[in-house]
Amino acid sequence: MDNFSLTVNGTRKEVSADPNMPLLWVIRDLLQLTGTKFGCGVAQCGACTVHLNGEAVRSCVTKVSRAIGQEITTIEGLSKNNDHPLQLMWADLDVPQCGYCQSGQLMSASVLLKENPNPTDQDIDDAMSGNICRCGTYPRIKAAIHKAAKMKQEETKL
Amino acid sequence: MNRRNFIQSSAIVGGGLLISFTIPHTNKMATLAEASSESDFAPNAFLKIGSDNTITVTLSHVEMGQGIWTTLPMLLAEELDVDLDKIIIVHGGADKAFNHTVYGVQITGGSTTTWSEFDRYRNAGATARSLLVQAAAKRSNVDVENCRTEEGFVIAENTRYSYGELVAEAALLSLPENVSFKEKANWKYIGKGSKRLDAKVKTNGSAIFGLDVNFPGLLTAVVAHPPVFGGRVRSFDPTNALTSPGVRQVIQIPTGIAVIGDHFWAADQGRKLLEIDWESGKGGDLSTVEQTIRYKNLAATDGLTAQEKGNANEGLLKAEKVLSAEYVFPYLAHAAMEPLNCTVELKADSCEIWTGTQLPAADLEAAAKIVGLNKDQVKVNVTFLGGGFGRRATPTSDFVSEATHIAKESGKNIKLVWTREDDMKGGHYRPFFVHNVKAGIDQQGVPIAWKHNIAGQSIMAAAAPLFGTPKDPIDHTSVEGVMGSPYLSSVPNHFVGLHNTEEVVPVLWFRSVGHTHTAYVMETMLDELAGAANQDPIEYRRRLFQNHPRHLAALDLVAEKGKWKEPLRPDRFKGLAVHESFGSFVAILAEISIGNSQVKVHKIDCAIDCGLAVNPDGVKAQTESGIIFGLTMALYGELTLEAGKLQQHNFYDYRMARMHESPEINVYIVDSDEKMGGAGECAVPPTAPAIVNAIYAATGKRIYNLPIMNHKLSQKL
Repeated sequence: MDNFSLTVNGTRKEVSADPNMPLLWVIRDLLQLTGTKFGCGVAQCGACTVHLNGEAVRSCVTKVSRAIGQEITTIEGLSKNNDHPLQLMWADLDVPQCGYCQSGQLMSASVLLKENPNPTDQDIDDAMSGNICRCGTYPRIKAAIHKAAKMKQEETKL
Repeated sequence: MNRRNFIQSSAIVGGGLLISFTIPHTNKMATLAEASSESDFAPNAFLKIGSDNTITVTLSHVEMGQGIWTTLPMLLAEELDVDLDKIIIVHGGADKAFNHTVYGVQITGGSTTTWSEFDRYRNAGATARSLLVQAAAKRSNVDVENCRTEEGFVIAENTRYSYGELVAEAALLSLPENVSFKEKANWKYIGKGSKRLDAKVKTNGSAIFGLDVNFPGLLTAVVAHPPVFGGRVRSFDPTNALTSPGVRQVIQIPTGIAVIGDHFWAADQGRKLLEIDWESGKGGDLSTVEQTIRYKNLAATDGLTAQEKGNANEGLLKAEKVLSAEYVFPYLAHAAMEPLNCTVELKADSCEIWTGTQLPAADLEAAAKIVGLNKDQVKVNVTFLGGGFGRRATPTSDFVSEATHIAKESGKNIKLVWTREDDMKGGHYRPFFVHNVKAGIDQQGVPIAWKHNIAGQSIMAAAAPLFGTPKDPIDHTSVEGVMGSPYLSSVPNHFVGLHNTEEVVPVLWFRSVGHTHTAYVMETMLDELAGAANQDPIEYRRRLFQNHPRHLAALDLVAEKGKWKEPLRPDRFKGLAVHESFGSFVAILAEISIGNSQVKVHKIDCAIDCGLAVNPDGVKAQTESGIIFGLTMALYGELTLEAGKLQQHNFYDYRMARMHESPEINVYIVDSDEKMGGAGECAVPPTAPAIVNAIYAATGKRIYNLPIMNHKLSQKL
């Protein structure tokens, strides 16, 4: 058991945990941020996706020791007022169904948009195929990413 | 209809109006009256209007993705005349008041929520509105006829009262004998639709699912289950597990060995160190290879008669051409994204449960029995469900019972967490099924004889704890879709037989239930018959749908929108299927190509007739969802057993369709005033057959067993 501090959504948190403990369970069970989901435990479904220094990682297979000194962003920190373009378009196009996978979908999509402001269908397929949605919201996720990209570009023009 | 029989209004202390649907006993009234105005949960109320103008709608059914969190409030808001965005929505707990209006038990399932609650939720809104108008009329001395409502206000000539101002008086009025519903032409929400009311909480991480429940002192439990169905613990040694950091307790429960830890990871690490000697039992003999042979032999003989007309055997002798086929369908796991879980807080005289369940009342009853409390000492809180698909409706309350046993044996407040592997190995699968079909056509290609035998485990027998032991030996969920098929109704000589089998593997309804396999058999065989008759598959079906206008309308719409008649580029192929399930009629056109020995689905066009679509975009979303679910089932869905052990573990060997496999989907809703049907499940059944019919067009190969990934495909030259 080690004591260390983590920076989650811009806030410093003191944690006492085994350095091998997956970041997912530190976030969920020790820091009580439950927006990040457990789906498979083996980096197959993407429900646990968070940002580590702006990169999308599967927190279920990321040891917490790897996150020390890094900036961790979870779904709760994606935007201040639920107003990330992706969150807005997710609601506008009625993307979520059961909703369980959507935190991970949004965290993956937000990295895609940051790195590629105007993704093609193929780019979306490549970036989002690590996130499973059992409800099958893929067509709406794709449409919402395109729409959010457009919205962002129009904002930039202004 | 005499609404007095089931609607009740009452006052809440602190001022408020409560519309509920049972007639509370005196003591129950007292309980309600004592509830503080801050209480946000009144167990049997559908609608609560506070003097502060808050409007709370309680859902009798649960939200698992299908969108009833939006649809039920829409129905109520339509009649109450309030702004939908201002409504507070909560899940009801377990209560008789929430019993299904048709099934008679509390259940969310069967794609029934919207049509089965269409009147009840409109009633709640209309009754409240009527009382509020009466109250305004009385206070202002204006005739009721001269009062109207407008988004949360009653306007009595020149005076405007908010609903909140009127609730105290409204609660004292006697109920109207009759309330009338709005005319269709005046609907503001119904048929127009609404954005999902749960979208915000499901995009910022704040939606609470069962797995997210937490409170001080709550520990996490994981369970080591027998590796073979029907197996049990011979002996175990907890010593090593107990030395693992964060492990608090190791106990035996009826379903295995539970490890309780400070958090999930601690408990799971501990579980890995358990030493258990398992006893397999007869489940150790079960293998998929052996089961396939056994079922094929069985289906080659006549089962119990499910449907019969004329003499199928004689009819086949008279046929110009007879086609025979054997179909095999594997066990399937629901694999909802949220693994199964349940939280239990047990005290000396009460028990509180938090879980995502489709059967809150059955789960409550199961828990009460385990802990030896009365039902009214147990409370079930329903969270959002991270997918259901039938798996969160176990008549045996498997995961709730397991969690309750752990709480009881350990004396701790625990959250039971199943890993993905636990969830996949947890049984309650779509049953393994084999069909054997012989179909004969005459010289014109018309089907004149049909012999069809089906072998598989009975879901309704497994559901006996909920609905009682089935009286009818024919389990309709095993034959639905064959029995009652529009194609068979015109076949003069036909027989549908059923063999109910028994296995140690527990089975359960799985999104679209029997239709998952029956639609496949009927729609691929129809395609084969059309081919044998040298006829266009659409024209062939059209002729058989002469007396089935709703099938025909869906088929015609998809043929038109999907441009069935227009040729495709040479490497693309089309296939089609039409199927009725849960009162709705769905036609699907699939466009595919073949590459790397596998199929790629490019586009799905789909037409659905569900009668009135209360929330049209919600119907479309459910249809898209059903198509992707059907695609996964078609491409990858397969569980196999060897010596009783499940061979699949997680998403790497039980694959799901992903973004790059998701086709373009276009959904068209048939403009229909026919009887309302469902939406959640109805697109699943025709998806797989439409895809494999397209595969036949591309390859000349018929696929008689799923999934498609087991077949090497090559485009015919």
